[in-house]
Amino acid sequence: MNILVCITHVPDTTSRISFTDNNTKFDTSGVQFIIGPYDDYALARAVELKEANGGEVTVLNVGPADTEPTIRKALAIGADKAIRVNAEPVDSFYVAQQIAAVIKNGNYDLILMGRESIDFNGGMVHGMVGELLNLPAFSPVMKLEIEGDTAKMSREIEGGKEFIEAKLPFIAGCQEPIAEWKIPNMRGIMSARKKPLEVIEPTDSVKNTEVSSYELPPAKGDVKMISKDNVEELVKLLKEEAKVL
Amino acid sequence: MEAVANKEALKGGEFLVKETNAQDIFIPEEWNEEQLMIAKTCRDFLEQEVYPRLDEIDSQKDPNLMPSLMDKAGELGLLGTSVPEEFGGFGSNFNTSMLIAEVTGAGHSFAVALSAHTGIGTLPIMYYGNEEQKAKYLPKLATGEWKASYCLTEPDSGSDANSGKTKAMPTEDGKHYIINGQKMWITNGGFADIFIVFAKIEDDKNLTAFIVEKDFGGITMNEEEKKMGIKGSSTRQVFFNDCKVPAENMLSDRQNGFKIAVNILNIGRIKLGAAAIGASKGVIDHAVNYAKERKQFGTSIANFGAIKHKLAEMATRVYACDSATYRAGQNIDDAYDAMVAGGMSDAEAKLKSVEQFAIECAILKVHGSEVLDYVVDQGVQVYGGMGFSADAPMDRAYRDARINRIFEGTNEINRMLTIDMILRRAMKGELDLMKPAMAVQKELMDIPDFGAEEDNTLFAKEKKALRNLKKAGLMIAGAAAQKFMQKLKDEQEVLMNLADMLIEVYALESAILRTEKLIGIRGEEACATQIDMVSIYLHRAVNIARQAGEEAIFAFASGDEQRMMLLGLKRFTKVEPTNLKEARRRVADHLIKENKYVF
Repeated sequence: MNILVCITHVPDTTSRISFTDNNTKFDTSGVQFIIGPYDDYALARAVELKEANGGEVTVLNVGPADTEPTIRKALAIGADKAIRVNAEPVDSFYVAQQIAAVIKNGNYDLILMGRESIDFNGGMVHGMVGELLNLPAFSPVMKLEIEGDTAKMSREIEGGKEFIEAKLPFIAGCQEPIAEWKIPNMRGIMSARKKPLEVIEPTDSVKNTEVSSYELPPAKGDVKMISKDNVEELVKLLKEEAKVL
Repeated sequence: MEAVANKEALKGGEFLVKETNAQDIFIPEEWNEEQLMIAKTCRDFLEQEVYPRLDEIDSQKDPNLMPSLMDKAGELGLLGTSVPEEFGGFGSNFNTSMLIAEVTGAGHSFAVALSAHTGIGTLPIMYYGNEEQKAKYLPKLATGEWKASYCLTEPDSGSDANSGKTKAMPTEDGKHYIINGQKMWITNGGFADIFIVFAKIEDDKNLTAFIVEKDFGGITMNEEEKKMGIKGSSTRQVFFNDCKVPAENMLSDRQNGFKIAVNILNIGRIKLGAAAIGASKGVIDHAVNYAKERKQFGTSIANFGAIKHKLAEMATRVYACDSATYRAGQNIDDAYDAMVAGGMSDAEAKLKSVEQFAIECAILKVHGSEVLDYVVDQGVQVYGGMGFSADAPMDRAYRDARINRIFEGTNEINRMLTIDMILRRAMKGELDLMKPAMAVQKELMDIPDFGAEEDNTLFAKEKKALRNLKKAGLMIAGAAAQKFMQKLKDEQEVLMNLADMLIEVYALESAILRTEKLIGIRGEEACATQIDMVSIYLHRAVNIARQAGEEAIFAFASGDEQRMMLLGLKRFTKVEPTNLKEARRRVADHLIKENKYVF
């Protein structure tokens, strides 16, 4: 089974976020980048499926050359080869078009990615790729078993759980507990450099988005503790001080 | 900045009498992608498997917990990083193994189990084992299938390791040795499968080492020791009662055990320094975070100068220690490469390269463990009342840190060793102390330098202060050696003073060189905090050296000689005034902004 796992290259969750160039660019200095945590779950499941059923896992990232350490980490975790589309991931639609082009040129039985990235948290790419290729797309997939050419999945929906069966190939946006994150082991780390990492140029695609400016959320204010027996006080404060009622 | 094509390879201890080019040292900012990934794996392992279970580990309620964590570390390959690939390991170089020691060093009791297994447990076989022994034991040690411990210390034989009473008597057919004796403070004792045991054969003067499998029989042990810290680390007394060991399990030659013990400890020492750095960085991260969160007088306590002073001082000392540790680690790697290129075997080169830098290893053991002690102490203080609570992380950090000044040779033993090794090398002609010491004598007679010449190049003033500190050390060491001759070893107080001077020289020089090299890469502006840390550390080093020097001079010189030396010391510990308060505030502000130690 050939599995394609699309990964994002995103700031570590503990990174200090700041902007430059008049708040139009994310300041990457001193920021640690990681594989998107949801993508990491997808990758872990892909590696498990490969170990159980054989086949090959390819990781794909749309990004400039400085995402390669992140890609090699995915190789260390257990992917067999990697493709980098040499382009800035401008927005969800742009990335989806690039991914769709790669899928068209490959022969993948299953395409996994995170339910969303953790930088812009769009959560749209899987659906867009499905639409572009006329393939089914599911998200957030929390359980994924493969039997022959059929997958059994479960996903969380409003007020419940949905159990789905689908024929391969399709696209799944994954989240925990689909698998446990894998820490790359020494053998994986030592072999990552020896695995193929192919760099391809982007296809001509529409860029619909331009950032006019970023702003940080307002700083966390002080917290007022109110005794659980004092509901009147709470209501009064919500009305008069917080002015939300 | 001028790049130097060929590194000038300094020998161990030569830092005292020679200058090093900043380009020739390794700095932690130069870790490659693979090394960083290995470090991240170690960190992730701690976060996933160890940190959520710290209380459980320390309670020792489940005797299988620690070995099962070791198994998991083994699955990730973390137990075989230094073991050669042909024996199932990954053959990492020395500095990579130091980085692993640093990161895992933040793992409290687990860190001790891991380092005892991979260090003193595995290395004796790796370096001194014959091919059969290596093939039999290393692959299983590298995966963690077998876990190792090291049995050197006895109830009456601690620092004086060669005085052990454990006996190994050959059987009549010569095919076995029967070991009898009692060993103490045996880390991993409770679950070890393999014991590296030091014993004396018949009436030998020196120890011999043996590889003993638990299954050989005749091994019993006491309950777990109750300890101040590292409570989750298995520490046992181990008794050998007619333990029958096949003759082929003797490690290296008869009576070579003490040498093995010493050489393995050299490695253990520098790794302990690295582990202390990792533990220190973890404490700083907690302290910075807490100082920001904790509000008093209507503001975060991180805004107070007294707290900033602590945070900055913690970070500065760690920065200096970090700089020195990986500088020495790379020296060892370079020496190893040169020895292997010269035709030496892998195992021998590994040993000889560390032995070459044994002085630095001892220095780093002392410096690292004392920096950690300072950091945990101030960490508790930043936490205030919560620092004293067993529910906050400082309690464990504080207790766990203390053992580092004791094991792998007490800091007192290591201080004395530092000076002893330097003087021995000088006597053997391996280290030219005489010429520089004479030059200092001559300089003392000359008219003092009033600092007329202005040199505004980077760190010119700091380097001058450093050169002077070296002179102060040489002046006092030279005079003490002349005065006491062979009896200097009995003047332990003076040896401690000299060691203090030397340790600070090495740490300061390393901090300066690292920062200089880093500026060459990133530019001065990006290194402003590092430059501040160099200023702060410079003043600290000079103050320590001045005080230690004075004490030594008072201890053995009198009259004109004393006056002369005190004047010399004053001259050599002169340092330009710096506003340290402002420098510390800037360092602290950097930590507070990043919310962690980031250097």
